Amino acid sequence: MLQIKNVHASVEDKVILNGINLEVKAGEVHAIMGPNGAGKSTLASVISGKEEYEMTDGEIILDNEDITELDPEERAHKGVFMSFQYPISIPGVSTTNFIKTAINETRKSKGLEDMPASEMLKMIKEKAELLDIDRKFLSRSLNEGFSGGEKKRNEIFQMAMLEPKLAILDETDSGLDIDALKIVANGVNKLKSNDNAVVVITHYQRLLDYIVPDFVHVLMDGKIVKSGTKELAYELEEKGYDWIKEELVK
Amino acid sequence: MDLKDKLLTSHIAFEDNLKADSPLYDLRSNALKVFEEKGFPSKKEENWKYTSLNSLLKKDYCISPKGDTDIEFKNVKQYFLHNVDTYKVVFIDGVYSSYLSETTHDGIDVCLLSSAFDKSKYRPVIESYFNKAAKKEGLTQLNTAFTKEGAFIHIPKNKEADKPIEIIYFSTGNEATLFVQPRNLIIADENAHVQIIERHQSLSSNAVLTNAVTEIFADKRAMVDYYKIQNDTPEASLVDSTYIKQERESICSVHTFSFGGKITRNNLQFTQEGEYCDSILNGVTIIGDKQHVDHNTLVHHIAENCESHQDYKGIFDDSSTGVFNGKVYVEKEAQKLDAFQQNNNILISDKATINAKPQLEIFADDVKCSHGCTIGQMDSDALFYMRSRGIGEKEAKALLMYAFANNVLESVKIPELKSRINKLIAEKIGVSLGFEL
Ligand SMILES: Nc1ncnc2c1ncn2[C@@H]1O[C@H](COP(=O)(O)OP(=O)(O)O)[C@@H](O)[C@H]1O
Ligand SMILES: [Mg+2]
Repeated sequence: MLQIKNVHASVEDKVILNGINLEVKAGEVHAIMGPNGAGKSTLASVISGKEEYEMTDGEIILDNEDITELDPEERAHKGVFMSFQYPISIPGVSTTNFIKTAINETRKSKGLEDMPASEMLKMIKEKAELLDIDRKFLSRSLNEGFSGGEKKRNEIFQMAMLEPKLAILDETDSGLDIDALKIVANGVNKLKSNDNAVVVITHYQRLLDYIVPDFVHVLMDGKIVKSGTKELAYELEEKGYDWIKEELVK
Repeated sequence: MDLKDKLLTSHIAFEDNLKADSPLYDLRSNALKVFEEKGFPSKKEENWKYTSLNSLLKKDYCISPKGDTDIEFKNVKQYFLHNVDTYKVVFIDGVYSSYLSETTHDGIDVCLLSSAFDKSKYRPVIESYFNKAAKKEGLTQLNTAFTKEGAFIHIPKNKEADKPIEIIYFSTGNEATLFVQPRNLIIADENAHVQIIERHQSLSSNAVLTNAVTEIFADKRAMVDYYKIQNDTPEASLVDSTYIKQERESICSVHTFSFGGKITRNNLQFTQEGEYCDSILNGVTIIGDKQHVDHNTLVHHIAENCESHQDYKGIFDDSSTGVFNGKVYVEKEAQKLDAFQQNNNILISDKATINAKPQLEIFADDVKCSHGCTIGQMDSDALFYMRSRGIGEKEAKALLMYAFANNVLESVKIPELKSRINKLIAEKIGVSLGFEL
């Protein structure tokens, strides 16, 4: 589904991604782990099309189509979704109105009519229940005054509404207590199918107990330096990242 | 002959048409003297540093239009509120249109100023209020000298206007260039309530210069909400001076929505004469091309325990220019004051400019005064966030602009008006969103 080939990216001449290769197939869950500042969020942003990052080399292929040159909204229309590490608040625009706009814009791009209001309402109700979100909460201004955990849950709510093909969850676990983490993970698992894929970016192995990855990759200094199965996550949890560095030096 | 000379000369003819015993006779001659002495404002004056009327004053204006034009309601329907009943005081090229208006004398007075001038019944009111709040500024006194027509609204003690009042000044474009000077007098007696919407609307692409003056008197516990919709054609310019005097416990708000016109200058001055007054000054400006909007505000705090809240948002595209000059003046008697001023601006284009100058002059020691001013571009992280959800760049920008203007819109108390302004903003931004704020 997703192929990342030799991706180099920099911002203001500072190289952040230094030749990333990654293939994610439909139905798979991948975890990307790595120390702070390794470039995890940058990778997620580059896949989503953030223009601030200049891709100096490489290709991003989604379903056999090169999306490297596409705008963020075009990628979204093709099914790319990123749950932000730091979600943005938009005063004056409720979550409901925001997600309605997002869904209808996506439909418009496919030549479809707006989603009928009743259908939208039903879907909102369903997904809010799935993530145990009070619907009153959805009529509040998007992310304004939300706690860290509320923001993250709201991100997953949006994901549930948009039903993406490829979901990238950037540190969705940070700010969530264990109960909320379970709810969110359960939501992600319910949405998981053989036709979509999830990339989970995290610091901690904890989340991976609930969203179980098929593959784990270690990102360091802008490169994937090690890949393995979920056991690698336990090893990282136990030993930290230094041993990988040492291994690399050897 | 320049406009000033033309006006001074024509005043003799103007006075000839007035009755010499009119209580206004002396007042007008004095006003003309003020104008003669001060003339039109120039950029040399601190308050006019960033707004020049020179290009406008060069034109050869028709200053006394015949005004026998009728316009059909269906052609101007769009400028009125729909789905809500209102009183209407409507003028065409400065002349009252009884056909388009809906006035009343039933418990409250909503009518035209000329009839208030003429009827002896109104004489005491006119004598106590007319030109009493207006300052001795050149343009304002020019208006006073030539005051002929406008809206007169008087809400007596404990009365509430049963519906909003729309004051609309149309200009037809029958004259190639037109200079008009409307004058409104609004009096809300003790505990009276009224909501007013004012609009100056040109119906052609011909040049119009409007020098409007509005005086508002809010007696004890009165509540006045005044909304100004400035969405005029590209050759229409407006100097709008509004003077508000507030007595004890009164609450007055003025919302100014500036979306159109060539040069728009708003002088908005509040004077709080009694304790526990609240003054609210809100504005949303969204302009582009070479449009210019200048907000010059003054809140004069004289009494104790008062509040004032100013919140102005501006979005500037193309080569448009904006000015915010907000002054809060606190007398030493005005203790326990809470004065808040906020001015936020977004420059969409590299060529757009804003000059913002908050001024606080505080002579009392026990006061809470805050002001904040920001000038920025569109938040690129917020744009990316929305685009990553599938919302196109143009729509995302629109959403951000809505969000930006939102808290000002939120305080519009007439739902119909709020939704109208929503639509105007959508039109202005060129995007229609599937919802209203
Ligand atoms: N917009 C930016 N401008 C400058 N430096 C950036 C920017 N974005 C990321 N970086 C830098 O790139 C590196 C990787 O950042 P990031 O991708 O956020 O790492 P991670 O998510 O793995 O913690 C860091 O050193 C960070 O400071
Ligand atoms: Mg990160």
